[in-house]
Amino acid sequence: MPLSLDHYLVVAALLFTIGSVGVFLNRRNMIVILMSIELMLLAININFVAFSQYLGDLVGQVFALFVLTVAAAESAIGLAILVVYFRNRGEIDVDEISMMRG
Amino acid sequence: MTATTLLFYILSGVLLGSAVMVVTTKNTVYGVLFLILAFFNAAGLFLLAHAEFLAMILIVVYVGAVAVLFLFVVMMINVDMERGQQIDRRYLLMGIFIGSVFVVELILVFLSWNTSPEAFELIFAPQDGLSNTHALGALLYTHYALIFQAAGLILLIAMIGAIVLTLRHREGVLKQKTGDQLARRAKDSVQLVDISPTSSFRNLGNLSDLTIPERGESRAS
Repeated sequence: MPLSLDHYLVVAALLFTIGSVGVFLNRRNMIVILMSIELMLLAININFVAFSQYLGDLVGQVFALFVLTVAAAESAIGLAILVVYFRNRGEIDVDEISMMRG
Repeated sequence: MTATTLLFYILSGVLLGSAVMVVTTKNTVYGVLFLILAFFNAAGLFLLAHAEFLAMILIVVYVGAVAVLFLFVVMMINVDMERGQQIDRRYLLMGIFIGSVFVVELILVFLSWNTSPEAFELIFAPQDGLSNTHALGALLYTHYALIFQAAGLILLIAMIGAIVLTLRHREGVLKQKTGDQLARRAKDSVQLVDISPTSSFRNLGNLSDLTIPERGESRAS
């Protein structure tokens, strides 16, 4: 059985599901939520690359590169916010983050 | 089963297993290390899909930068691991519910999708004979040059944002202020006093009575 597009799609779908469940499951630690978001973005990238290979079109890989850029920027900003929050509150429990009552 | 398929199953199995470990592990440091493992395996998957450049970029950017950043923050903020380790039952149920809804939706999509017959005529950038990096560069620096610049701008803004967010002014720390040093002029700190040649030092009175005009407030501390 040769490697097909479906292989990649199933792996990416499972990875995305793990990431999204991780966001909901985790109530102790904001860092794990950020890591779950990284996993979800990785799943999207796998989809892009798989379709790029399937169609023989490089644009998918270009888009994956931009997703990678945005993911790096997002994690940097997220971790900076996390550090500032920890400095102010001394904890990063997700349940406690309701200062702004949004 | 060919070697490639076997490799695919190994890589994706380790990828999914380490992703589960990232989400469920108690110790955040282990979580970050499993994240690194997941990124390595995803890079392997990219290599199998002939996206060599992206695979290397994934290792450089994610393992080299993002994961190390995570590791730094985890070690910096020293979270109390003992407290509240139990996963709340409510959230567990909600997570399982949302996850299963998502899986069912994805299965439905997976069973019903097909490729449009026109899709293969709309190919914008075939790789035709070039290496992956070469073809990607040729595309990125010509047709997508402006978007590439915008991506750089996003990174710049993220860098500025992270610095501004985490910058902290501490009170009571002595620092060299180069601007103040360069802005200092002779007339601010030196006063010329006429002294007749015949008078001695004793007749000058108390030198500390001379008022030296100060610029701003005293910086001595």
